[in-house]
Amino acid sequence: MALATTDREIDAGVHLSEATPGDYFTLLKPRVMALVVFTAVVGLVAAPVALNPFIALIAILSIAVGAGASGALNMWYDADIDAVMSRTATRPVPSGRVLPGEALAFGLVLSALSVMTLGVLVNWLAASLLAFTIFFYAVVYTMWLKRWTPQNIVIGGAAGAFPPMIGWAAATGTVSLESVILFAIIFLWTPPHFWALALFKATDYGRAGVPMMPNVAGPASTRRQIFAYSAIIAPVGVLPAFLGYASLGYGICAALLGAGFVWYAFKVLRMSDEDREMKPAKALFAYSILYLFAIFAAYLVDTIVVRAMAG
Amino acid sequence: MEKDDEGIRLTPAQKKARRSRNVAIGIGLALLVVIFYVATIAKFGPAILSRPL
Repeated sequence: MALATTDREIDAGVHLSEATPGDYFTLLKPRVMALVVFTAVVGLVAAPVALNPFIALIAILSIAVGAGASGALNMWYDADIDAVMSRTATRPVPSGRVLPGEALAFGLVLSALSVMTLGVLVNWLAASLLAFTIFFYAVVYTMWLKRWTPQNIVIGGAAGAFPPMIGWAAATGTVSLESVILFAIIFLWTPPHFWALALFKATDYGRAGVPMMPNVAGPASTRRQIFAYSAIIAPVGVLPAFLGYASLGYGICAALLGAGFVWYAFKVLRMSDEDREMKPAKALFAYSILYLFAIFAAYLVDTIVVRAMAG
Repeated sequence: MEKDDEGIRLTPAQKKARRSRNVAIGIGLALLVVIFYVATIAKFGPAILSRPL
């Protein structure tokens, strides 16, 4: 959609928005938010402390809104990059439906509201972690790492990995090894997930000047690094069972999912430089999303079943 | 939008968008009030009834 600003509005020196609530909702990156909510729920439910269901709901809502706020701040800052990439050109800011200042204000207000709500109604450790996550994603990743280094999504991946830890902290008021393992699963999952995408979107990233791994180190090096991370994430996914936090059933499930991840990564590793269609990279990208949902679902189901069997 | 002596006049699309944004903000604020009200009761628990009058 073209800019909503008309010539008469420019003459008058004002801009009157035609943005709908749907445009603002899009600023929250709802698909990313769904993953955040799901992993935070797993962290909260897996924690050994039962939280009042309504307070638990508030915790999840606050985490979701905080994650959405960081998405809005990201869309505010990255509007120039988003405008030249096919995947992101229709987002509300580059398409002109929402002004950059409106997106910034929206992101800042929701950040403050979500952190304060989580702090006042749940606990301040969880709120501090949420505030740090928003800062890490909006400032460390978006403003600094993304345009500076091909390790952007490796380090920046921490922002996406915090939600289960925040969920755990919301329930227990502490951070423990179990929640660190949940963090590690998402943290190690991020590079192969985004580099698979970057392989078949390399032209887009190149045009936008974002130094993604395939554009900087080349496709061959990226494929090797994808495989290396996949080989690490497979055993890390099994760790909860190995350390006694989850049952053997979860362990088998995680091992199978991890084997699938390595298999898809191996097919990417074998992909030729001349492959323009890049089906293996697209398949790994799709599988990686399934993997993360499935392994966290397995952990959630395992926790509930083991708890029910124990009494 | 038209500018006349009375100031700026919104187009129907701008009016509709503004109204829907206002409704969304209203719903958001009402939700926040409900959340804080119910959370206060949930956090106090039965103790909310045993207070000096």
